[in-house]
Amino acid sequence: MTLAPETTTLTVQLRLAGPDDNWFAVCDLSVLIPGRGVAALLPDGRQVALFLDRTGRMYAIDNRDPFSGAAVLSRGLTGSHQGRPFVASPLLKQRFDLASGACLDDDAVRVTTYEVRAH
Amino acid sequence: MSTTAPVGTGARPTIVLVGHGMVGQRFLEALAERGLTATHRVVVLCEEPRPAYDRVQLTSYFSGRTPEELSVTDLEFIAEHGIELHLGDPAETVDRAARKVTARSGLVVGYDTLVLATGSFPFVPPVPGKDAEGCFVYRTIEDLLAIEEYAKARATTGAVVGGGLLGLEAAGALKGLGLATHIVEFAPRLMPVQVDEGGGAALLRTIENMGLTVHTGTGTQEVVTGDDGAVTGMKLSDGSTVATDLVVFSAGVRPRDQLARDCGLTVGERGGISVDDQCRTVSDPRVFAIGECALASDGRVYGLVAPGYEMAETAATTIAAAATADATAAGDESALTGTAEAASFTGADLSTKLKLLGVDVASFGDAHGAAADCLDVVYADSRSGTYKKLVIGPGGELLGGILVGDADAYGTLRAFTGSVPPIAPEQLVLPAGAGAPVQLGPSSLPDEAIICSCHNVTKGAIRGAVTEHSYTTVPEVKKCTKAGTGCGSCVKVLGQLVTSELEASGVEVDKGLCGCFSQTREELYEIVLALRISSYQQLLDRYGREDARGGDGCEVCKPTVGSIVASLAPTIGAEGYVLGGEQAALQDTNDHFLANLQKNGSYSIVPRIPGGEITPEKLIVIGEVARDFGLYTKITGGQRIDMFGARVEQLPLIWARLVDAGFESGHAYGKSLRTVKSCVGQTWCRYGVQDSVRMAIDLELRYRGLRSPHKLKSAVSGCARECAEAQSKDFGIIATAAGWNLYVGGNGGATPRHADLLAQDLSDAELIRLIDRFLMFYIRTADRLERTSTWLERIPGGLDHVRDVVVDDSLGICEELESLMTAHVAAYRDEWAETINDPEKLSRFVSFVNAPDTPDPVVGFVPERDQIKPDLPLLTIGTRPLEGSAQR
Ligand SMILES: Cc1cc2nc3c(=O)[nH]c(=O)nc-3n(C[C@H](O)[C@H](O)[C@H](O)COP(=O)(O)OP(=O)(O)OC[C@H]3O[C@@H](n4cnc5c(N)ncnc54)[C@H](O)[C@@H]3O)c2cc1C
Ligand code: SF4
Ligand code: FES
Repeated sequence: MTLAPETTTLTVQLRLAGPDDNWFAVCDLSVLIPGRGVAALLPDGRQVALFLDRTGRMYAIDNRDPFSGAAVLSRGLTGSHQGRPFVASPLLKQRFDLASGACLDDDAVRVTTYEVRAH
Repeated sequence: MSTTAPVGTGARPTIVLVGHGMVGQRFLEALAERGLTATHRVVVLCEEPRPAYDRVQLTSYFSGRTPEELSVTDLEFIAEHGIELHLGDPAETVDRAARKVTARSGLVVGYDTLVLATGSFPFVPPVPGKDAEGCFVYRTIEDLLAIEEYAKARATTGAVVGGGLLGLEAAGALKGLGLATHIVEFAPRLMPVQVDEGGGAALLRTIENMGLTVHTGTGTQEVVTGDDGAVTGMKLSDGSTVATDLVVFSAGVRPRDQLARDCGLTVGERGGISVDDQCRTVSDPRVFAIGECALASDGRVYGLVAPGYEMAETAATTIAAAATADATAAGDESALTGTAEAASFTGADLSTKLKLLGVDVASFGDAHGAAADCLDVVYADSRSGTYKKLVIGPGGELLGGILVGDADAYGTLRAFTGSVPPIAPEQLVLPAGAGAPVQLGPSSLPDEAIICSCHNVTKGAIRGAVTEHSYTTVPEVKKCTKAGTGCGSCVKVLGQLVTSELEASGVEVDKGLCGCFSQTREELYEIVLALRISSYQQLLDRYGREDARGGDGCEVCKPTVGSIVASLAPTIGAEGYVLGGEQAALQDTNDHFLANLQKNGSYSIVPRIPGGEITPEKLIVIGEVARDFGLYTKITGGQRIDMFGARVEQLPLIWARLVDAGFESGHAYGKSLRTVKSCVGQTWCRYGVQDSVRMAIDLELRYRGLRSPHKLKSAVSGCARECAEAQSKDFGIIATAAGWNLYVGGNGGATPRHADLLAQDLSDAELIRLIDRFLMFYIRTADRLERTSTWLERIPGGLDHVRDVVVDDSLGICEELESLMTAHVAAYRDEWAETINDPEKLSRFVSFVNAPDTPDPVVGFVPERDQIKPDLPLLTIGTRPLEGSAQR
């Protein structure tokens, strides 16, 4: 009989401002669906949109859509454009680069990004 | 009041046009194109109460085109060019010596040039009773309005005197009005001018099969009237009688040349104002005659619009040349730009293609084989009502032909007339599938071949539009060359030409769906269907563009592929449930949450209310649910109730109650069937002729959940009064005494479009079968987000092509289309019932993954008119100021 591999479930964590190891646990990794997002509420009331791509990479940006003010970016469709991952707002379809937060359809607009890991 | 313009003194020279019909309007356009409206005063006397309209399409009034839609006059054009248009004021006398025209109102206009475009009048045989109440002619919009009113008020039977082209159109109209219809034709066959004996026989069989009664070889002797002076019947020359409440005379037309006769212009023995090659009257160089009132230099009067247009161009060119010469003589070179070209009209082709009572009839060139030594090639199939004849000259050249029942090849054959076709003639008339398959594409045509005979556009001109002006679409080429904007019979060939030209010139047209796929939606559909690919990622990795493979796709192709897979799910063995498996990641947020996202991040909910019919109990449930969850309610245009202001986490709770009460998803969120509206129909309404509510419910339940390129709307009206507005729907149904008429391609919204009649008097089963085919053909071939209205306008061949495919099964795919629909119907499941029973799916309905019980603080409401509305200030509070620029 061989030893079964350790079956700890991985947790998705967001890095908050403050000390280096200020990681905030959001949910189990298994909850995320590749290609879709979820929203998380931070202790200070801010909202974060979290995404998983098909290769298993995760991204986190502010959930508020700067064009409408609604907290809906987590509900947008994701995709990749020239190798860079993005989400399109479900309201008026502006696209945001998931890695940098830059709006691809308006140079002057950018959303906050967060560091995210599975631990 | 009378005004007289000074004749030839100082002021701008005056052109007076008498008659504002189709040819008159074309003449005005031709004047403007040559700059003459700038240098001349142009006065138009128009007898009818409305400016020029499309007489050729007159009958489409009965399939729903309004008089406004029939108009061919752009009033901006009239105003912009300073044209003085006098409506309802016919010319009464012409004084050629004084060069003055007097109109009925007393208006007197002096002219330098007079153009007569007075058209024709319907010939009414001098039989007793011809003027009785209930007798009509068929020429103007006013005639049609009168026929419609009389038919609806007091007729059940109608008779048309004359079995020619117009007679058959009129008969079709009477039948459409629900009258039992007779056609009386003096000649031994229908359409004696256009078709020969064989063609007439094929036509007769088809028309009798439609339930019309045809009397050929007999004339009308007398119109019989009742005590009140209204028509009760007709006596025929063979001794028989026909009982009828209404008579339409359509026994040919005669040129309206009375005005010309009265002022001493020469007219032909059998009527028509005699003109020369330049359309100038032979009697007076200052007077021209064009269109149906003119007797051309070849001794013929042309009763078709295309030759009339050519005369309009010829007259305008001639007048322009004369004006240039005058200006040059007066030393005023700058007065006119444009060169003095010469033009002449010496006769025209009488080719026609019509759809009469739903039957294609075409004749072109020397249809009756009048040339010496010519030979016929004939194909006849009485069972299908098809008859095709080609007339071939001694050298093998195609001289003309007749096509009845299937006129698909008309455009190509007409263009080959006069030359030796590259394929043996018998191959050209055999139906597809018989003998060797032949492709006689327009690419084999010479450049001089006329593709559009309405506007005299050659293949070379069309190629030029593509190669020189770089137009890449049929609408652009139509606009540039005018080809296809007349009778429309050439559009199919036009489409083929544009495509082959684009291919030949190697223009890289990227018709790809998006940055990830170089295929169109239609091509992806075919790939998914043929290879049974049910995974988006597999499709992307195998068929995506090189640099998109292995990536995450994009927001354009994901829902598109999601929709294709969903429509084909039962057939290709894919997950039909839009939240199942990989499908979940492809859906727009609306489909993902099975509700409609609103501006503040809340959702609205629309339960299905099939046909708009709902019990009081169910109404109460909706009221209670809305009240308990504090939702805003509104009645939609689709006859159902929309509840607004639900938070994500409330959706399952609300739906649990709705499903429990027997409601199911209304798919208001999906690109899929929305509603089938209905009027109350025969059950309650005193006018109703069918049960429109039952049909609407049946249709809504059949097509519910069908994912399509865009949303689909439908409606069913219980009679021609059309209270359900079916003609503004993707597929609309209007009850007739004999069944149902199916209209397709209608749209409301920003670009309204009246639906086109696809088929008439269908039984329930026929109707459903045809809609099955139509919808599946649309789903198969439309682009992403292309409504049926734009799709119909875009696809080559338009409505005719769609009819060929779904009614006549020209592609042989109807069986497949039907079975796809059958599979969809069988596999339908209610998405909401499924979702509320699936805990894993339900866990997605939360605002926050880490705080499932906390509502989104941005979603809030304030009161308005006793209900709620979004609290908009909440949307701005707490948003970080945008870096760099102010918030838009
Ligand atoms: C039902 C129907 C279907 C048809 N289908 C086809 C078809 O499929 N293909 C085809 O090629 N052709 C078809 N035609 C024929 C086509 O409509 C005519 O060839 C075309 O309209 C002729 O144009 P026109 O301008 O010469 O005459 P019209 O369109 O008749 O216009 C003449 C105008 O002059 C006015 N007028 C007459 N006298 C005076 C006056 N003294 N003062 C002022 N105004 C006056 C008349 O009221 C009329 O408005 C059809 C005709 C009808 C009725
Ligand atoms: S369309 Fe006809 S049947 Fe339906 S409500 Fe109107 S009048 Fe009545
Ligand atoms: S042939 Fe009539 S529009 Fe082209």
